[in-house]
Amino acid sequence: MAKRRGIVKFTENRCKGCELCTTVCPVNIVKMNKCKINVKGYHPATVDEMEKCIACTNCATICPDAVIVVETIDEEK
Amino acid sequence: MAVVFDKTEGLTDKQFHYCPGCTHGIIHRLVGEVLVELGVLGKTIGVAPVGCSVLAYDYFNCDMHEAAHGRAPAVATGIKRVLPDNVVFTYQGDGDLASIGTAEIIHAAHRGEKITTIFVNNAIYGMTGGQMAPTTLIGQKATTAPLGRQVATTGMPLKMSEMLATIDGAVFVERCTVHNVAGIRKTKKAIKKAFEVQLEGKGFGIVEVLSTCPTNWGITPVESLKWLEENMIPYYPLGNFRTPEEGK
Repeated sequence: MAKRRGIVKFTENRCKGCELCTTVCPVNIVKMNKCKINVKGYHPATVDEMEKCIACTNCATICPDAVIVVETIDEEK
Repeated sequence: MAVVFDKTEGLTDKQFHYCPGCTHGIIHRLVGEVLVELGVLGKTIGVAPVGCSVLAYDYFNCDMHEAAHGRAPAVATGIKRVLPDNVVFTYQGDGDLASIGTAEIIHAAHRGEKITTIFVNNAIYGMTGGQMAPTTLIGQKATTAPLGRQVATTGMPLKMSEMLATIDGAVFVERCTVHNVAGIRKTKKAIKKAFEVQLEGKGFGIVEVLSTCPTNWGITPVESLKWLEENMIPYYPLGNFRTPEEGK
């Protein structure tokens, strides 16, 4: 069975750096981007290893600021 | 490619003014999602409280009304009676609902007004700077209780859901939490049920949501979720206190 894969998109300038999304990721890929500062002055959340995403939507569910959009992608044959 | 999670149409694009990690944003989103899923966004009128969520009228993508402190259920009563075919909800914090507005909420429930109330309980006054609320836990520090809340002088924290569940007119009463993903999904179901009760004309529905206040609790957002789980849930047990079936 093909594994479900996803893409997480962050509206970085809405992010307030609360880090709640980093605590609920089952594959532990949501991190704070310490190299970047958004317009609000926070380190925004980001994902480096997107290929590990399983599109569970946990990060988007707990995000208090509607920063995150989750999409699924079709597995390549 | 399919979008499996996107910001709901039930919210405007305006960014929340809430502090980082404040769970008001989650609860706003759940209400917006439920209104969209029930297909009633266009005929919904919300009533905003006084407190941190005083600007809620900027965030919900439906008609909104502002009420004086604690008087949201009274304002909602008037709106619902004039416009019985519309969906009316109030969104109130614990300072608004459990303190200055206790009389309004009890009598709105007592009259069985067909409105829905979302009650956000974070055990402190947020907007005014962390004063003790009726819902502040024993020993919990607040700016007006620097040594922690004392039973001898301020009594035990008020359990609004249990109190409202004793009133016949309150046909749906449930307490939920947003400290984890499972809790958030359960909260959404409860909010949906509370709106369904209103749509079916059965009576008053309230969902109490345990929430965090990282700024005034003086801990990080992530620690706040843990604090809620370890301290608030033991005193404020989760669960349903009343459903329409039981009230028959």
